[in-house]
Amino acid sequence: MADARAARNRYRLLMSKVMDLHGSMMIVLLCIAGIGFAMLYSVSSGDFGKLAGRQMVVFAIGFTCMVAIALVHLRWWWKLSYTIYGVGLVMLIAVEIIGDIGGGAQRWLDLGFVRLQPSEIMKIGLVMALARYYHGLTLDEVKNLKTLIMPALLIGLPSVLVLRQPDLGTMLLIAAGGTTLLFVAGVPRKVFLVGAVIAAAGAVGGFYQLHDYQRDRVFTFLDPDSDPLGTGYHIQQSKIALGSGGVGGKGFMQGTQSHLDFLPEKQTDFIFTALAEEFGFVGGLTLVILYTVLIGYGFLIALSARNHFARLMAVGVTTTFFLYVFINIAMVMGLIPVVGVPLPLVSFGGSAMMTLLIGMGLLMNVYVHRNVVLSRQGTVPLARQGTVL
Amino acid sequence: MDIKGERYRKLSRRAMILGGAQALGLLTLVGRMVHLQIVNADQYKLLAEENRVDLRLISPLRGRILDRHGKELASNQLNYRVSVIPEQAGDFEATLAQLSGVIPLPPHKLEAVLRQAARSRRFLPVTVSDNLTWEEFARLNSIAPELPGVQPDAGRSRFYPYPPEFAHLAGYVGQITEDDLAKLPDDPLYMLPEFRIGKRGLEHYHDKTLRGVPGLRRVEVNALGREVRELTRDDGVPGQDLVTSIDADLQRFTMQRLADQSAAVVVMNVHSGEVITLASAPGFDPNDFNFGIRTDVWKALLKDERKPLMNKTVQGQYPPGSTFKPIVAMAALEAGLIGPQDTVFCGGGMRFGSRTFHCWKRGGHGSMNMISAQEQSCDVYFYELARRMDVDTIADMARRFGLGHGHGIEIDHEKDGLVPTRAWKKTRKRDRKWHDGETLSVSIGQGYMLATPLQLAVMTARIANGGYAVTPTLVKANAKPGRAADNFPPVGVTPEVLKVAQDGMIAVMEGGRGTAGRARIRDWPRGLAGKTGTSQVRAITAAMRAGGVPKNENRPWQERDHALFIAWGPVDDPAYAIAIIVEHGGGGSAVAAPIARDIMREAFIRDPCGLTGGRPMVAEAELHERFLDGHDHHDHDEHGHG
Repeated sequence: MADARAARNRYRLLMSKVMDLHGSMMIVLLCIAGIGFAMLYSVSSGDFGKLAGRQMVVFAIGFTCMVAIALVHLRWWWKLSYTIYGVGLVMLIAVEIIGDIGGGAQRWLDLGFVRLQPSEIMKIGLVMALARYYHGLTLDEVKNLKTLIMPALLIGLPSVLVLRQPDLGTMLLIAAGGTTLLFVAGVPRKVFLVGAVIAAAGAVGGFYQLHDYQRDRVFTFLDPDSDPLGTGYHIQQSKIALGSGGVGGKGFMQGTQSHLDFLPEKQTDFIFTALAEEFGFVGGLTLVILYTVLIGYGFLIALSARNHFARLMAVGVTTTFFLYVFINIAMVMGLIPVVGVPLPLVSFGGSAMMTLLIGMGLLMNVYVHRNVVLSRQGTVPLARQGTVL
Repeated sequence: MDIKGERYRKLSRRAMILGGAQALGLLTLVGRMVHLQIVNADQYKLLAEENRVDLRLISPLRGRILDRHGKELASNQLNYRVSVIPEQAGDFEATLAQLSGVIPLPPHKLEAVLRQAARSRRFLPVTVSDNLTWEEFARLNSIAPELPGVQPDAGRSRFYPYPPEFAHLAGYVGQITEDDLAKLPDDPLYMLPEFRIGKRGLEHYHDKTLRGVPGLRRVEVNALGREVRELTRDDGVPGQDLVTSIDADLQRFTMQRLADQSAAVVVMNVHSGEVITLASAPGFDPNDFNFGIRTDVWKALLKDERKPLMNKTVQGQYPPGSTFKPIVAMAALEAGLIGPQDTVFCGGGMRFGSRTFHCWKRGGHGSMNMISAQEQSCDVYFYELARRMDVDTIADMARRFGLGHGHGIEIDHEKDGLVPTRAWKKTRKRDRKWHDGETLSVSIGQGYMLATPLQLAVMTARIANGGYAVTPTLVKANAKPGRAADNFPPVGVTPEVLKVAQDGMIAVMEGGRGTAGRARIRDWPRGLAGKTGTSQVRAITAAMRAGGVPKNENRPWQERDHALFIAWGPVDDPAYAIAIIVEHGGGGSAVAAPIARDIMREAFIRDPCGLTGGRPMVAEAELHERFLDGHDHHDHDEHGHG
């Protein structure tokens, strides 16, 4: 009898959570993904199964995961945060070692049934680990510089490992995402000022450590017209595609630059260009607005949450999402050097899609559990234990 | 718990800052989009269009060269060839190795193909071999399906159906060279690998009209330059056919009659100026040049002492020898220096200054008048005229009859010849004074005198047509139909003056003692009037003469005399004129005249211009009688049927 009641309660609780899922956010998500499907259909010249169909399958799986993640009690994510980070780190090291043995860099780990990209796990893991770390600190402790050692390691280790892969784009995402989390957590401003100076120096020094192709990209960025058929070619062609789209675009599946292969990697990194070519300024702006709405939701959710872990995690996930959007679009428009960052939920590719949907899942989790109170030690006050699933 | 706590307020503030920064970032993106897609859209649209659209040329079919009846002298033939697309072939060299089992692929050609393949994009076909025989092409087609990227196809290439006969006239085409590019105005056609430019002959002279206007295809291409689809197509204008005035069969007959002589023959209509035969022997095969001539063939052509590459009809300049005598006779008569019946005694030579000028006949001709001097080609008679005359007087007459200047005939390499004058000699670097003895040489068409076979034909035609300045043409459309008198200005000689030239030439054939009496056309009475010529290639020195001048047959080929003959006919209503030179052929009457007779008979019978009626005047039976009469016995023995 008691079991049956508990089960009924649990079911009722679950249903209330389901009803509480952020509906408009999901609609925005679907809209963005829908634009992605359409563009993948277009760039594969109407071959549905080639890109769009496969992307839909990944999206469906990812969307299910997202909902599942959103429904699991927040406390579990608090508990798992260091573990996830740890797994990610171990896998990054494993990739490094395998790369050394196998000769030649690689970014993924083949587990037989699935190929995992540890850096993707790390994007989530780092946000969670930092959120949990700062959840456990008072503001005074945050202001104490000693407490910066741990976060610096949390950010630094994966950054170095990812940069060695070498994957500059992901490294930037991880480092920038982590740093903004410190900022929101209340680390004193002067730390960021000093950090900026050190980073600038590091960038100059690091520039000479870059691989040739990475250095070329920087040069090309500084003067894209100097070598139109070499490394500057991609950016030049991308700008031509964007510009020639004009206000209204060339029409669905009518993009000459993308369909005649002038546009590189049009189904992944340069898919925004394909969109802006075929649907023009109107199309591009629509997508940017959708992203803006999603990011805005992220901040609102963060501010509405009643525990610090959830807030930090929400800001972290949202910021990572923003960084994806900004770096990708700025890159294809020639505002920043070419770095391999996909356009969230639109670019073809399973890993990024899964990572982002898991992130969205965590964000929704925060929304669903916005009223959950979590002690610094991660315990839920007795009075509220009934809400634990 | 600490929802209103300090930590939350701090987070909220910082989140606002972060959110603001992100909003700013997104706004920057929108600003950049405005910049690219609205402000600079037109510029980028243009660039995208340049990317997308490629202009491709379609080579126009080259105009044919036809004879006056429409027979093809140069046409376009299916050219079987094989190309390989390296991208599809995979291992390009292995594919070539397999191909070499079916078609001949010598190492040097293989190398050239590999070089070309290295230069061009991998998806563009590389021509491996062309001008394949049908058998090779058939074998190729049977294995092609097993070899990816191998494409047997058929294009169009220039073809000359009568290789040696029209080699000089039609000329040939070849691949365009750097030199050509430097000389010619730009034409997009030059970019086409299959484009051929006229190098020699009519192909060269009429290249512009034969070439046509290239078509243009606007195609959409992808980033690799591969064609995606055709946007617009303009087929261009095929080259115009060139209808010449030539009678192909007569020219072929002429070339066969010349056999392996080194010779030139020009036959023209004395009224319209239409050249119906322009033959230079020996010929060569212009088809060899289409795909680049083989080095050994080229070297052999260059080394041949008979100069097969030269179009001797317009390019060869020869001393006209005695064929010039009618002009000298007219000049003297017009100047009033001698009457037609006034005689000069020929004793076999004439002393002038410190030199003796010899007549070709050692014993002398005796008493000669203007007609008999031409009939028997007495040199002393003309020396005597020259002694009384200034060289400029001769030159003036020669120029009126078309010597010493080009006629603008529609073919390349036309030479001017040379009619010496005192003024001309002053322009020379050395020995600028005219010596009177030189006038004597000019009077028998030697010395500085030079004429092309075409000029001699024009001269003959002007004598024949009643003294009208007919000009030669090779293009049927340029010919002026009707009588010469209707279309050309008179050369400005009185009928009496012209008559001595005409009568002299008639006497050469009909006079009984004429130098070409044996070259009369048996079945066409009063068919020809002519003049023989034998021009010395080497000056005969006194020492040589003392030792006895060796006969032509005993001299090396290069030192033998040129044999010349000019003729027109039929005598009573002139239609055609001929000039022939057989290089180092020996004597004009023995070698040149019989060939000319056969060609002229053929011209009369074929009668391409509709002037003679085309039927022999003497019936077969009557001819038989005449033959039995023995009158023309020698001719028959020596030359067979005319």
